[in-house]
Amino acid sequence: MSMQHTPIPETSIVIESNHKLFDLNLATLWHYRDLLMILVKRDFISFYKQTLLGPIWFFVQPLFTTLTYIVIFGNIANVGTDSLPQALFYLSGITLWNYFSDCLLKTSTVFRDNSNIFSKVYFPRLIIPLSIIISNLIKFVVQFLLFLGFLFYYYYFQGFQVQLYLLDVLLLFPMLIITMAFLGLGLGLIISALTTKYRDLSFLVTFGIQLMMYTTTVIYPLSITPGKFRKLIAINPMTGVIETFRNIFLGKGEISFDTLGYSLIFTTVALLLGLLIFNKVEKNFIDTI
Amino acid sequence: MSQVAIKVEHLSKIYKLGEIGTGTLSQDIERWIRVNVLKLEDPFANIDTQKGSRKHKNEQVKILEDINFEINKGEAVGIIGKNGAGKSTLLKILSRITSPTTGRIKIYGRLASLLEVGTGFHPELTGRENIFLNGALLGMKKNEIMSKFEEIVEFSGIAKFIDTPVKRYSSGMYVRLAFAVAAHLESEILIVDEVLAVGDAEFQKKCLGKMQDITKGEGRTILFVSHNLAAVENFCEKSIFIEKGKLKMIGETNAIIQQYLTTVSSVGGLRLSELTDRKGNQQLKFLDYWFEQDGIYCETNLEAFVNLKIGIEYEVKDYENIHNLQIDLGINDMYEQRISLLTTTFSNERIPNTTINKIVFEIKQFPIAPGSYNCTLFSTINGEITDWISNIMQFNVLEKDYYKSGKIITNNISKALLNYTSTQL
Repeated sequence: MSMQHTPIPETSIVIESNHKLFDLNLATLWHYRDLLMILVKRDFISFYKQTLLGPIWFFVQPLFTTLTYIVIFGNIANVGTDSLPQALFYLSGITLWNYFSDCLLKTSTVFRDNSNIFSKVYFPRLIIPLSIIISNLIKFVVQFLLFLGFLFYYYYFQGFQVQLYLLDVLLLFPMLIITMAFLGLGLGLIISALTTKYRDLSFLVTFGIQLMMYTTTVIYPLSITPGKFRKLIAINPMTGVIETFRNIFLGKGEISFDTLGYSLIFTTVALLLGLLIFNKVEKNFIDTI
Repeated sequence: MSQVAIKVEHLSKIYKLGEIGTGTLSQDIERWIRVNVLKLEDPFANIDTQKGSRKHKNEQVKILEDINFEINKGEAVGIIGKNGAGKSTLLKILSRITSPTTGRIKIYGRLASLLEVGTGFHPELTGRENIFLNGALLGMKKNEIMSKFEEIVEFSGIAKFIDTPVKRYSSGMYVRLAFAVAAHLESEILIVDEVLAVGDAEFQKKCLGKMQDITKGEGRTILFVSHNLAAVENFCEKSIFIEKGKLKMIGETNAIIQQYLTTVSSVGGLRLSELTDRKGNQQLKFLDYWFEQDGIYCETNLEAFVNLKIGIEYEVKDYENIHNLQIDLGINDMYEQRISLLTTTFSNERIPNTTINKIVFEIKQFPIAPGSYNCTLFSTINGEITDWISNIMQFNVLEKDYYKSGKIITNNISKALLNYTSTQL
């Protein structure tokens, strides 16, 4: 009757308090990949079903924002657009900024929004933030197609001249998307961890993100900003992303190793820090609600 | 020799009170300024109601303390304990929803936990979509759900509505669907918490049966928490009794339930008069109680359709100033649903001029159905609350063939037993 030969199944788990500081557990994350896709599908279906216009909303928001910017910034305030068509200039900025800010905002409230599920069932918590950036990626792709539609219109009917480089579109562009996603994710994770302790921080985030938009090149080109503000604007990690995007698709915008490199480093640091804090908070967050 | 499925070693869970913030940044800043700059008292400190003194910062609350046990493969084990004993915290740690403060747990095999049915159900999604969502949340892979899909739908009995958004479901349908998914979880170890509290009796039985099949047939290990002692008794050979965060007993379910019932009926060995968890100004104080059926005192087990006397002993102070005295006796089921409220109001002429008094509530043909219940005692004098103790005086109504129909009325099928006849017209 010895226990010696009892085979221990491969799927054994040890639950302890002293977790490693940085424990991503990619294997478990991979195991739950189906959940990730189902959550993305849920977000899409529930969005589609709950609204009157359904996915048309994906177009309405950027279109009307662009229109507003054309009127206010383009015509009343007379802010230049680097001699680009105003619609293309604003729409490009808005599309990118929306993706980043949606990722950040939704991720930052992940504990609050999902406390019910989190208190009842275990799964790697990171699945939810990941599902958020993927859900928003779908929205981004739709909005990007809208932008492409405008681009074709201006190219064929308005005589807008631009040269697209295949290498840029195929390599640099995906890198920009990943940067935006991870930047939003990383910052969102940091904030989400803080909001479990301080609920009122989430108000700060909503208007903070609005203010942050004005410190990057969504509504004005980097080329017209005076030297002393240039550095300030370059601090915003989205500046490098937006400028590079405009350079790829519209042929204007400053593409430099410095700004883009800065965005990449900033994103990496934010993501690692975010994962670290999120990892620490998710273990015991349920005790604080 | 049986294999170990779960091994818990020196498990503790401790909350530090001082660490809990106020919840908002502005209040935390305000608190910091008050305490450290203005040197005022901390407005958010926890007030210890019993001593009236302010608790020290960093005071610890031990939810679970040095828990050790082993569960073998294929065993169904019940966890019994009063509300707040630490049962759900233990389950949450086992389910990896929160982590232990010290100690460790080894789990051999795939573990799934069912702390709620229908977790993550989205009202806008159809039954079909929710099966996938809920299944995936519980840890199932997509192809696993697909292979069991037909079975799940059939088990739920709502095949007709499978493509209807669940927001249009009745609560019964909702629960059936949710449980159908859960019942098909393929895990070696399953943790179930009180989920059978919902749904109709017939479906509950079906679920218990399904779970039982799984344990007996497939060698699955089950940890089962329920207030429904009858269900625990039917379902688990072995049980764990947790009291005030400590493991009090582990062993055969019958013995554990006996032990549990003696503790609850004496409320941890205390008479009513010794209980400290009570509200009110204590001008009136409940001291003791008894149950009596057919002239016989009953400990905790009562019979339905027999006259019942519930006696309450209480003391009153300041007799002269009583104009109006009210005593309420609420009967609650184990899910803390109020079943009945007996109330009595009288003026002081009706109270004998002594400090210690007794009152008897007499119920003709006690009409409460088999199950476990407890009572709440409440009193006011001149409209002011004097004494209020909740969830005490636990009792069980026995399972018997009350209608002489050859069928035993079992626990938790219904709440009331009506004295009825049926006639063919």
